[in-house]
Order: sequence, then C-alpha cells, then structure tokens
Amino acid sequence: MSEIITEPEQGPGNEARRRWMAVLARASRAELEAEWSDLPRPPSYEWLRRPEVGLVMVRGRAGGTGQAFNLGEMAVTRCALRLADAAFGAVATGHAYVKGRDRRHAELAAAFDALLQTPDGRGPAQEAVRRLADRRAAEREQRSRKANATRVEFFTMVRGENPR
Amino acid sequence: MYVAVKGGEKAILNSHKLLAEERRGDPSVPEVSLRQIDQQLGLAVDRVMTEGSLYDRGLVALAIKQARGDLVEAVFLLRAYRTTLPRLAVSEPIDTAAMAVRRRVSATYKDLPGGQVLGPTYDYTHRLLDFALAAETDAPPEALEPAEEPVAHPMLRVCDVLGGEDLLEPETPAGDPASGEPEPFDLTREPLSFPAGRDQRLQNLARGDEGFLLALGYSTQRGFGGNHPFAGEIRLGEVSVEIVPEELGFAIDIGEITVTECQMVNQFAGSASRPAQFTRGYGLTFGHCERKAMAMALVDRALRCRELDETARYPAQDEEFVLYHSDNVEASGFVQHLKLPHYVDFQAELELVRRLRADHGDARRKEAAE
Amino acid sequence: MTAAFETGFDTSRLATGFADPVLDAQAAFRRLLAAFSYVGRIQEVAEIAEIPAPLNAATASFCLTLADLETPLWLDGAAGRPAVAAWLRFHCGAPLADAPEGAAFAVVADPAAMPRLDRFAPGTDQYPDRSCTVVIQVEALSQGQGQGQGQTLRLQGPGIDGTLDLVVTGLPPWFAETWALNHAIYPMGVDLVLTCGRKLVALPRGTRIEG
Repeated sequence: MSEIITEPEQGPGNEARRRWMAVLARASRAELEAEWSDLPRPPSYEWLRRPEVGLVMVRGRAGGTGQAFNLGEMAVTRCALRLADAAFGAVATGHAYVKGRDRRHAELAAAFDALLQTPDGRGPAQEAVRRLADRRAAEREQRSRKANATRVEFFTMVRGENPR
Repeated sequence: MYVAVKGGEKAILNSHKLLAEERRGDPSVPEVSLRQIDQQLGLAVDRVMTEGSLYDRGLVALAIKQARGDLVEAVFLLRAYRTTLPRLAVSEPIDTAAMAVRRRVSATYKDLPGGQVLGPTYDYTHRLLDFALAAETDAPPEALEPAEEPVAHPMLRVCDVLGGEDLLEPETPAGDPASGEPEPFDLTREPLSFPAGRDQRLQNLARGDEGFLLALGYSTQRGFGGNHPFAGEIRLGEVSVEIVPEELGFAIDIGEITVTECQMVNQFAGSASRPAQFTRGYGLTFGHCERKAMAMALVDRALRCRELDETARYPAQDEEFVLYHSDNVEASGFVQHLKLPHYVDFQAELELVRRLRADHGDARRKEAAE
Repeated sequence: MTAAFETGFDTSRLATGFADPVLDAQAAFRRLLAAFSYVGRIQEVAEIAEIPAPLNAATASFCLTLADLETPLWLDGAAGRPAVAAWLRFHCGAPLADAPEGAAFAVVADPAAMPRLDRFAPGTDQYPDRSCTVVIQVEALSQGQGQGQGQTLRLQGPGIDGTLDLVVTGLPPWFAETWALNHAIYPMGVDLVLTCGRKLVALPRGTRIEG
C-alpha cells in the first residue's frame, strides 16, 4: 500500500486493519512509546507469541511486471498478543510484523492492533494512528517536493539559420 | 616426512588482538558510530545490503565497521549472520510502479509524464575533490528549497509508454494464469542448476559482485556482446513490502524499503520466430546502487540470448561462466583458501617434480652416451 | 467478539505453543536427533502446557521444532481439526498440504485409516532428501519383548547394534509389507516417527523390519 494514509479507520473488510497495521509498521519505537503512554487506559495483555526476529524474502518481478524472482531478504520482527481482559468490550488478538529488529516496536504495534479491534479502546488508538499517519505523510511529501526541485525544466532554444 | 597438523593457536589469538587494534586505529581519534556509517557512508551500506542480500542498515553498518571498510568482507559477515535467522515469510512481489520516486531519469524520452527527476546524483558533479569537507566544520550543507508540488505519483514507467505500440516485448508473470505462478527459484535453498531460468539468473545477479557485473556489462558494450542498450528508465525511491501471514490470510504492509530499478531497452532485429522489437534487460537492487542496477540489466539481457534465439558467443552470454563466478563470497573464499596450509599437497608435488627432473636427466645422459 | 477474517483464522482462543520457543525447540531437537541416531530406541520429550486434541506431546514437539514456512504439513482426517490446523499454522507458520503427496511432514492421528506409505513423497534419486517424514500417533509403544497385545517389530540396520525389538499397538495391518517396499527403494523413501504421549521413536527408511 503506497497511498498516503489519511483515514486509517475507513474501508471495507480488512482494509481498515491493513491501513493501521501499515501505519504502525512505519512508526518509530519512540513515537509508539509516546502514544502508548498517552493512552487514557493502556490495557494489559498476554503473549501468544513473544517478539521474534527473522527474515522476509523480498521478491521483485523482471521488468517490474514479469516473472517473479527473489531479490534478497530483510530483517523483520513479529509477535502476537491477546488483551488480558474483556474490559474493552472484546477479547482481541493483536498481530505485528514490522521491518527491523526492534522487539518493543513489534510489541507496541501488536498492542495497538488489538486495541483498535475493541469497541471501547478504538477511539484513542485511532487518534494515535491518525497522528502517526499524518507525520509520515508530511515527511513523505517533503521528500517528494525536494525531489521535484531537481526535475529538469526543458526549454527549447530558438535556432537561427546557419550563416551562409 | 613430518607435517605440523596442530599449533598456531596462540598466534591466531594474538593475530585477533592485533586485528582489533588495527581496526580501532589511533585511539585518540574518536570512534566511528554505526549511525555515522549509516548516515554518511550510505552508499557503502547500500552496496553491502544488496550483495549481502539482507536489508538491515544497522547490521550492515556494524559489518562495515567490523570489516574496517572492506566491503567484500562485510558482505561475508552479513551472509553468515543471515543464516542464523529464521525465515518468517516471503513477500508479494514489490510494485515499483507505485514507488515513492526520488530519482527518475530516462535516456530514451526527453519529455515523459512525471519528467526527468535528477534526485541526489553524482552525474553532474565535476569530480573535483571538495576540500571544504576536509575542514570538518560540521556545518550542515545549504538546504534545498522544496518545490511547490511533490513529484507525480504514481509515476508511469517508461516501458509502459513504449509497450502500448507493441514495439517493446511485454513482461508477464511466468506460468499460465489458470494454474498460478510457480514458486521462484531460491539460491538460498537450492544450488545453481542449468539451464537457469530468468528467476534464478536475476537472483544471482542481484547478489552478484558489482565489479564483476560492471566489467561484464562493459564488455557487452565494447563488442563482446550483441547488445545495443538504452537506459529506458532508472528510478530510485521507496516501495512497500507486503506479506500474507499464514494466520491472517490477507496482505499486510510491513514497512518500506529503498530500491533502485533499471530498465534497459535493447534493439533487436528479430529472428525466425519473433518480429523486430525492443527487448529488455532488468536490474533491481536494495538501496541506491545505480551502477550495479545498470550493469545487472546489461548482463540480464546478454544472458537472455537463448530465449531470443541468439547465438551465445561472448563471455557475458555464457550463463555457467557468469552465474558461477558472480558471487564475491564464493569467489573470495576459493581464491583466499590458497593461503591455508597446503603443506602435504605441496610436498607431494615437490616429490613428483624432483622425480620428473631426475627421469629427464637420466634420459638425457642415456641419449648422450649412445 | 473477534473480527472474523476472510481466509485467516481466529487466534483469540488459540493454545500457546512452547513456553520458551528457542530453548524448548532446542531440547526437543536434541531428542529427535537422538531418535534418528539411535534408531528404534524410544526417546521422551517434555510436556507442553496446551496442546489441541488429538495431538500428543511428542507429535506437537516434533511439529513445533521442525515444521516451518517451507515445509508443507499434511494432516489426516483425525488430526485435521480446525483447532489443530490453526495452532500449527500459527506456531509453525507451516502451510497445510491438500494431499499427502505434497507434504514435507505428515501427521497421522488415526493409523487404521492412513494412506499407504507410497502416497507420501519418497524424494528423487538425485534429491532423496526431498521426501516426507510421517509422524504416526500409535496407541502404545514400548521397548523389548512384547507382553500380551502389540505387534513386535524386530529392527535391524544403521544405528542399531544387531537387532532391537519395538512393541507397537495400533499400526495398520499392511504396515510390514509396505515398509519392505519403502526400504527397497533406498536411497529414496519416507521416514517414520511413531509417537505415543511423550514418547517417540524414529524409523528411517534404511531400517529393516521383521514382524
């Protein structure tokens, strides 16, 4: 998903969850820590699978659209957890697969993922996700505008006849 | 004959200590940090990520520091480390059409949708040493004023422009749509096998040594190959990586990576089975490795000679030669193993040469006597 | 309630796996290594807190230790319950194979109804390692001379000093005959692991069985 995310909670089926998981994967650990500690009522949770560092084989396609091939691997951390009580109106399971080797990043991403699935925890978590999404979108736009400052503006030279 | 088979333990341990001292250099000079390597030697990190076949800037920075800047040694360290990690998933093929582009140039079209975006490139620098950097003032460079608008997104691929007229061969997924795509060959799980499919070749080239591919790509341009290449498009930017975890059953985005993509377009006069058309070579790397991506695309095209009914006449078209020798971890291992003790082998050869010389002398004397 | 996702599965009531995935898998791996080195000698693995029925602890340990993303798992009708499938897919990341032929590992919870061994991948002459390892849960498993019920299998081959007797209850009646065929195509062939509670024993393809 490469669209700039502005409305993470909108979309049919798994679309909303796909969007917030993408935002959580792109957040920094420090940002997630800050958002987590700002929650009015951070939930407790139990591990279904403790954070684990591993690899994802990244694939490309010949010519961008052709035969698939294995490009190389990237480091990824995953975990899964379950909210310990139903105080948020649901027994929710949170999952995270995030780029890099930061276990705490994966833990916080999974905890937010769980919270976002509960009727009572959703509100403040959605606010957090929106802030994170806005920040990424702003950074991306800034990068893109800098790149666009290096776009070549061609102008045609008026060419006179060769002197005889 | 006596051959030492043990010993050297103390020498080896002391060598490690000396190596550590040399690595650190003069202790009065501040130690280089991994973040400094990542931020200020970014292109070295990109190269090691690509050839080490592991996207993790922090690990790569560590490998470069440990290897004292020997990038081939750093690639080796990274390859060794990756074997300790479990594979959790394989990604969906990345979509480079959806890339957040930071650089995009084409040598085939001046005006194209999205334009020519130079991005950060050495191409138009004068290659004069900048002694201002030697002053180490730590002053940040003058900031670039951003344009009013971001670059076009998504940015059309140049090949999609050409493809419309059927002048360029299309690139379509392998296998027939009904039975689904076959799993791509994976060199990290299976040894090379010949004839190699394009999936195997592209993975090998992506991991391959930049210097080796650069020389081979160069050779195809200098007459040792039938390529007539144009850089159809080179693009640099960030793409999302998606996986479908077994337990979720739908694709999730796990973050973005920087990649460089090169589409080489080659003139092709046609063959008995194909009309004249432009054919393609493809290069893809982690990070910003433009020279590598271009060389890879040239060699990819050269290696496609069989499927395009061309006679393989040049080194770059010989897939066994290219694929067996592209990997710098394998190559440096085999070359450098010559440093290890070969005392017994050599003693045997020494005996043999002595005997041959003696036989030769005997024969000469016998001849002279007759 | 938990959102039900289209093709994934409900993880909200999933049983936990190994308490410590790294150390527990290492310990179980050591037992499996011993089982395949000392062919026919029964090994015992540690208990696991939560295991979905009908898997026993030895089968569960085997799967948690060896199965992963790159090893398609086939479950027989008795083992293939949704709770088992979800548990294995989650903790191992292993995809489920539709048919025995496509499996790297197979779990049989009801040996009486199991397919004959030639239904599982035997590997190829060039790559005999690309074969299936079949885990069969049996009713009883013990070492030495059979007392009362149970079929005595007399084992011979690599890893066995002379002969070794294994008493098994619950193998299908055609077992000995099919095993002889499996042994005959060496180096191809499937390997078996028989499990019962925490006990397991390995019968690699190179083993000759009388009984």
